[in-house]
Amino acid sequence: MSADIAHTLRRRTDSRDAPARSLELRARIVLALGPATAIAGIAWALFQPWRLTLLHPVGQGFWWLLAEPPLYVVLVGVLFRLVLAPGIVADLRASGGEGEP
Amino acid sequence: MILAGIEPKAEMVHWWFATGFLILGLLLLSEALVGPEVWGRRPWRRYLWPGFLFGMGVLMFPVMTFFTNSAIHMLAHGAWAQVMMFAGAAELGVVRGKLHSQYWRLASALGLAVSGTALLVHEQNHWLFARAAFLHHALGWTVIVCALFPLVQAFRPRSLTAALGFATTFVIVAVLLFCDRDAAPIFGHFSFYAGVPHR
Repeated sequence: MSADIAHTLRRRTDSRDAPARSLELRARIVLALGPATAIAGIAWALFQPWRLTLLHPVGQGFWWLLAEPPLYVVLVGVLFRLVLAPGIVADLRASGGEGEP
Repeated sequence: MILAGIEPKAEMVHWWFATGFLILGLLLLSEALVGPEVWGRRPWRRYLWPGFLFGMGVLMFPVMTFFTNSAIHMLAHGAWAQVMMFAGAAELGVVRGKLHSQYWRLASALGLAVSGTALLVHEQNHWLFARAAFLHHALGWTVIVCALFPLVQAFRPRSLTAALGFATTFVIVAVLLFCDRDAAPIFGHFSFYAGVPHR
């Protein structure tokens, strides 16, 4: 095959694939939001373990045992990934990129 | 006062609201990334973040009632409750189809502008008085500046930058609220009058 024809074909294929690549990238970012949030929460818990009163519960009152901010962050990330992200990504892939922002 | 003994500390309430703002931020980020058409494919999802914002506004009323350190605190929390409910209700009206104008997004801009002003007005101490004072100033200015994002969205509803900026605003607010402590130093500064630091 002539190099000129090969390059033209490659350009056409690339331009046809661009929306699919953008769609896949957005899907991956949505899927990564939850794990990234959960990792941030875990990192916070490792960096400031005293923010988790469950690790040293003796003498703590009810509110202090309920208030575990790093765990809240982890929980939000996990729930987002398990409950919301799969449906959002399924709808995004089913749309085939229609209504792209 | 009996209630003072059994109610949670102010910093804990800030962390609970931080969790709410983090959820709002993730919802708005996802919507911005996939676009409103994909987001609205499941009808219940359209109501998610406006309903959540409205609910957080409702929950701000107990905060206003039980954490009345001063009149200005009560007025500030009352203003937040009302503008959050107004912004949430306006968005609910739009997704339900009862309201049609794109300019209803201005309710969110108003909400952020009023919230930022209330944060700055009700913080009587200077930036380096204590961590809580620093965060109130930082939150106030952040929220006021970020009110530009929904303002842009009202006129350019398809702007990805404005949508991502609006979503990121809530994530930043969540991070700042999670950093809050009732009595803690900020960059090594801690006023003698700020109380006794704990943990």
